[in-house]
Amino acid sequence: MSFELETASHPETLRRVAIEPVSRVEGHGKVTILLDDDNKVHQVRLHIVEFRGFEKFIQGRPYWEVPVMVQRLCGICPVSHHLAASKALDMVMGVKQLTPTAEKMRRLMHYGQMLQSHALHFFHLSSPDLLFGFGSDVAARNIVGVVAAHPEVAKKGVLLRKYGQEVIRMTAGKRVHGTGSIPGGVNKSLSAEERALLLKDAYQMVAWSREAVGIIRGLFEQNLAQYNAFGRFRSAGMCLVRADGAMDLYHGGLRARDIDGKTLFDHFDYSRYWDVISEGVKPWSYMKFPFFNSLGPDEGSYRVGPLSRVTMCDSIPTPLADKEREDFLAYEGGSAAGATLGYHWARMIEMLHAAESIKDLLHDDDIVGSELMATGERQERGVGVIEAPRGTLIHHYRVDENDQVIRANLIVSTTHNNQAMNTAVREVAKQYLDGREITEGLLNHIEVAIRAFDPCLSCATHALGQMPLEVAIVGADGTVIDEVTRGSDGLTRHLP
Amino acid sequence: MSATFQLDGEDIPFTPGQTIMQAAKAAGVYIPHLCWHPDFPAHGSCKLCTVKLIDAHGGRFGSSCTMEAQAGMSIENRTAELDDKRRTLLQMFFVEGNHFCPSCEKSGNCVLQATAYELKMMSPHFDMFYPDRPVDASHPDVLLDFNRCIMCSLCVTASRDVDRKNVFAMGGRGILGRKIHINSESGRLADTDFAVTDRAANICPVGVILTKRKGFAVPIGERRYDKAPISEQVKEPTA
Repeated sequence: MSFELETASHPETLRRVAIEPVSRVEGHGKVTILLDDDNKVHQVRLHIVEFRGFEKFIQGRPYWEVPVMVQRLCGICPVSHHLAASKALDMVMGVKQLTPTAEKMRRLMHYGQMLQSHALHFFHLSSPDLLFGFGSDVAARNIVGVVAAHPEVAKKGVLLRKYGQEVIRMTAGKRVHGTGSIPGGVNKSLSAEERALLLKDAYQMVAWSREAVGIIRGLFEQNLAQYNAFGRFRSAGMCLVRADGAMDLYHGGLRARDIDGKTLFDHFDYSRYWDVISEGVKPWSYMKFPFFNSLGPDEGSYRVGPLSRVTMCDSIPTPLADKEREDFLAYEGGSAAGATLGYHWARMIEMLHAAESIKDLLHDDDIVGSELMATGERQERGVGVIEAPRGTLIHHYRVDENDQVIRANLIVSTTHNNQAMNTAVREVAKQYLDGREITEGLLNHIEVAIRAFDPCLSCATHALGQMPLEVAIVGADGTVIDEVTRGSDGLTRHLP
Repeated sequence: MSATFQLDGEDIPFTPGQTIMQAAKAAGVYIPHLCWHPDFPAHGSCKLCTVKLIDAHGGRFGSSCTMEAQAGMSIENRTAELDDKRRTLLQMFFVEGNHFCPSCEKSGNCVLQATAYELKMMSPHFDMFYPDRPVDASHPDVLLDFNRCIMCSLCVTASRDVDRKNVFAMGGRGILGRKIHINSESGRLADTDFAVTDRAANICPVGVILTKRKGFAVPIGERRYDKAPISEQVKEPTA
């Protein structure tokens, strides 16, 4: 089956607009739109064109190398891969329970990651759209523009991210691509000096994260109709929850709800994730389309990430974030909780939860303990699942008797959200592009929808708008009618 | 008073029979090297320890690990000319194997990596060979990852002369053909009497011979070359 606007009936008669690469969104994202002579949209597709190959080239490698190697998938949230792989390989080592110090160090690393990644996502990559308007002057619509117009907002965003990076450095050894988590535990705990250094600013980070929730709430209040309607669609969802149903970003069972909010499965043991989800393929995309087995490939797509987690958990186990969750769910009859831009609001609530959790962990003496490793009876297979900043992340490995990885399967957040992002992009295309001339500002509306889910198809340099954007309008006969390029200076030019 | 020679203008004492390298190490002066180890006879193959003996004709190059010290010698070591040549040699080492430091558990403890940092090697410069080299994971306690081998032959020497097991041998011809072989009928390490406690199991300067399930146990910041550059650890014991 094909979704509405996924496949046009007569593509050969339409002209093609490609947004390639998608900017302030990471990696190599590309959106293609087919338009007729009246600029009416007939087909919209989001393609993730990168091919990673990690699942193949870690075959044959020793299993203890995997958490360090696979985190190179990404420069924004490597900790998520580092930890998901470690959890899977804990299982291979037969370790059912980490030492308290190891679990808390990993959690601290993870909350540091959540803080820095959410800050980056919101302040550096998305706030330019939200503060200046989706179709505003492209030359100023970047973090440098935010620094100029809203210096206090920009400063706090930058310092929140910096603090998260420092938490990662002290738990993993480096700000990006560290080695702190190893199968069976961790290789270090915090020193007294490191603990004191982080504690010094921990309360400030909680306060600023709380302010950040206020910023996105204020933006919703100012633009309620637009924000609630933008790229809105109904979707099923999935996330990890703790045994008591509370949010747990590091560990738990899988919870899924259908489009009407009915529970499909709850507290499901993720080590058999394939009993509840499968990965579908489509001929036009390298990225797979996961779906719930019980609903099938046509009806079973779902979304993951902050919006799913905040709306599907029973509570958040830190008080300030839980209060914000309640306010978010109650806001305007719950309307924001179903909006695509509600992702940003949920994201800031999670950032607050991360900041509160960091503060709490720093007060826990286990964090400076010396019991770092646990052991167990060796197993052949391991699955590790974690709630990464963008959503549920699954790592699955089989390891032979010589300690070499023989099979790997990674289902990353962006893949879970593939169908949801495609749907959001189609909704935006329908709302804003139909029957109007194509402008840079209008195309940016599509990027805004992608960024609500994921800035992470990206490396950090894209945040400064240095990623060139090319748009080609191709006639029905294949000739290029118009070509527009956005250079590293952020200015848009028509090619001669 | 013992005899001396000059190394980069500094007087280095030596005892008769000592090489330039041995005398320099005893004096705490670093001469870059990969295949030389203080416990074993010089192999003279990596050529990284090449120094310049100044003579009436300007000077001639030689391996400091094999060149006997003589009173009154004047030797150049860390000159721009020599370090340039060493950097080129290092680049060739890096492209001949598959050295992926970001995911290598020897990172921070690797002599090749530390030497590259010391000599400010910023890129491999040459085209990578990407040789197809196997991993031998058959032994229960030791992993062999030949992707990182630099043919220093220290494992061959240690296994033969200290362990008395002759587990390793150098064989084959040419850049891609020459490699370390395992002395068993199957060619697998599991079918030898190799043990994790052998001297040969603990001598590899790079990440070929590794104790299993210990990777990344030492955090960043506490690995050997995190603490000080290799040139400042001349007096520290060699693994």
